Amino acid sequence: MSAALKVAAPGLFTTLQDRGRLGFQSLGMPVAGALDMLGLQIANALCGNPPDMAALELRYLGPSLLVEAESVRLALAGNAQADILAADGSVYPLSSWRSFTLKQGDTLRVGNTDAAVAYLAVAGGFDLPPFMGSLSTYTRAALGGFKGRALQAGDLLPLALPQAPAGGDRQVDDAAGLYGDGPIRVVLGPQQDRFTPDGIAAFLSGEYRVTQEADRMGIRLEGPAIAHTNGADIASEGIANGAVQVPGNGQPILLIADRQTTGGYTKIATVISADLPRLGGLKPGAALRFIQVGVAEAEAIRRRQQADLQALLADMRPAKPAGGLDLDALYRENLISGMVDAAQGGGA
Amino acid sequence: MSVYPQIRDFGDTGFGVAFGDGVDRAVNARVMALHAAIGDAGLAGVIETIPSFGTLFVQYDPLQTSRADLEGAVRAMLPGLQATAHQGRLWRIPVCYDADLAPDLADVAERCKMKPDQVIARHAAGTFFIYMLGFMPGLAYMGGLDETLQLPRRSSPRVKVPQGSVAIAETMTTIYPWESPGGWHLIGRTPIRLFDAARAAPILYGAGDEVRFQPVSRQDYDTLAARVSAGSFDHAALELAR
Repeated sequence: MSAALKVAAPGLFTTLQDRGRLGFQSLGMPVAGALDMLGLQIANALCGNPPDMAALELRYLGPSLLVEAESVRLALAGNAQADILAADGSVYPLSSWRSFTLKQGDTLRVGNTDAAVAYLAVAGGFDLPPFMGSLSTYTRAALGGFKGRALQAGDLLPLALPQAPAGGDRQVDDAAGLYGDGPIRVVLGPQQDRFTPDGIAAFLSGEYRVTQEADRMGIRLEGPAIAHTNGADIASEGIANGAVQVPGNGQPILLIADRQTTGGYTKIATVISADLPRLGGLKPGAALRFIQVGVAEAEAIRRRQQADLQALLADMRPAKPAGGLDLDALYRENLISGMVDAAQGGGA
Repeated sequence: MSVYPQIRDFGDTGFGVAFGDGVDRAVNARVMALHAAIGDAGLAGVIETIPSFGTLFVQYDPLQTSRADLEGAVRAMLPGLQATAHQGRLWRIPVCYDADLAPDLADVAERCKMKPDQVIARHAAGTFFIYMLGFMPGLAYMGGLDETLQLPRRSSPRVKVPQGSVAIAETMTTIYPWESPGGWHLIGRTPIRLFDAARAAPILYGAGDEVRFQPVSRQDYDTLAARVSAGSFDHAALELAR
C-alpha cells in the first residue's frame, strides 16, 4: 500500500494551495494560491517543510482524514476545533499551531474553523504533479491540486513520505498577533481619480459588511455607495491581489487569490499585502473599515510582519505528544506548583 | 492626466505603467516593449508583468525589492524603449459559421444591414491583432474587426457561452476558451482547444500574436473536433509561416 491520507469527510471546501501559479498571468492564467500566506508558512515550518510547499486550505469546516501510511506528521495553522480518533478507539483533542504525528489507522477530524480559513500541512508534502509550476487548485478551470477540485469523500491523497521523518513534533506561540487588527489598510489607486471626493470619503469612513457572495475569487461588500466621476468602465488592465474594484453600483468587491488576471472596472484602492491574510478569514456578515496608507509605509509594515513571522518561527520548540499530559500548562496554572514532576516518577 | 507614461499605484506589490487609456496599436506596442524589456532585464524582486491595452502591471515582492528602487529601474528603461522590435506569431484558426454554431449571426447580419454570408466574408478576411489575454486563461482580445461589423455588447449577457465560440463586440473579436458567461455576439465556433492542460504550452497564443479565421464546413468542423478530442490534432500546425 502506498502512503496516503484517505478523505473520510471532505470538509466544506478543502483545496491544495501553495504560493500560487506565478508567471502566467500574461496568458490570462489566474494565480490562485493560499488566501493566508502566513498560515501556509507556519503550517509548513512546523512540519519542517519549505515555506511555500502546498498544504490543504480549509474553509469554515475542516476534513476528516484517515492515515493510510506507517505514520505521518501534520501541522494545523489557524484556530480550528480538531481531535484525533486513534486506531485503538481513544479520542483526544488537538490544538493548532503545532505539529503532531499520527499512526496508521488514526483519523484526524477537523471541525469548525474560528476564522474562515486554516491550513493543514504534511511533512514532506503530497506526491502530486505540479501544473504550470504550482500545486495550487484553481477550481474554476479544474486545474492543479488534487484533480483540480476541492476534496471529496473517498479521495486518496498520496504522500511523498512513507512515514513521519525523524525529529519530534514542534509548536509555536499562537500566531494571531501577526495578523493585526483594526481597519484594513489600503493604498489608493490605480483609478482614485475616477471617484468623487465624497466617494473616496465614503469608502474611507464607512463601515462595510461581507455579503454571502464571498469566495476565493472575491468578497462582495455592502455599505456606503462609492460614487464615480465618469462611469465604472475602463480598458481592461491587470489586477493586483487585494484590489478593491468598484462596479457601477458603487459597492466594492475585494479581489483575492482566484481573481481574474485582468478586468475592466475601476479600482479605488488596493489592500496592502500585510493585510491580505486577514481577508481570507472574513466571514459573511463581518464588518470592516478601511484606512489609507502610503506605498512606502505599506512596504515597511509588510517587512515588520515578515520579521515578526521569522521571530515566531525562530522560537519554535519541541511539543508534547498529542494527547499526552501538558506539564507546562499544569505548572502555569499552579495546579502542581511545588510538587514533584509526575513524569519523573516521583509521584505527587 | 494626459502625461504618459504615467506610474499608477497598485498597492505595495505592484504598480502600473500607463502609456495611454484607449485601445491603440502604437500605445499597446509600447506596453509590449516594456513587458519584454523587464522580462529580459531580470530585475530582482519582479514576479511578473501583465500587459493590457494601454498599461503594463508590474508585480513585485516587497520583501525582495522596493517600489522606489524598482520604479527607478523601470523609468530608466522608458527612454530607450524600442516599440517595434518584436513581431508575434501568426495563427490560422478554423471556424464553422453554420447557424447552429452561430446563434447571433442572423441578428448581427440584420443589425449590420447585410447578409450572413457577408458577415462571414468580412470576419474571415481580417487579420486580427491580439492586444492582450485576460478574463480567463487563454481568452484573447483581438482588435481589427471590420468597421461595418462593430456593435455594442449584448444588452443581456448569456449565462452559458459554449467553449470555442467565436464572438464579436465593439472593435474586437475573441474566442471563448472555456464554457463561461459572456456578452459578445456569437458568430461561429472553432473545434480547436485554445487551452489544453496536456500540451507542453497549454495556452495556444499570446499577446502580440496575430490571428486569421478560416471558414470550414460543418463536416470539416466535426472531423477536426473528433481529432482534437482523440488528441491526434497537432495544434502547432495552426501557426503560419511569416
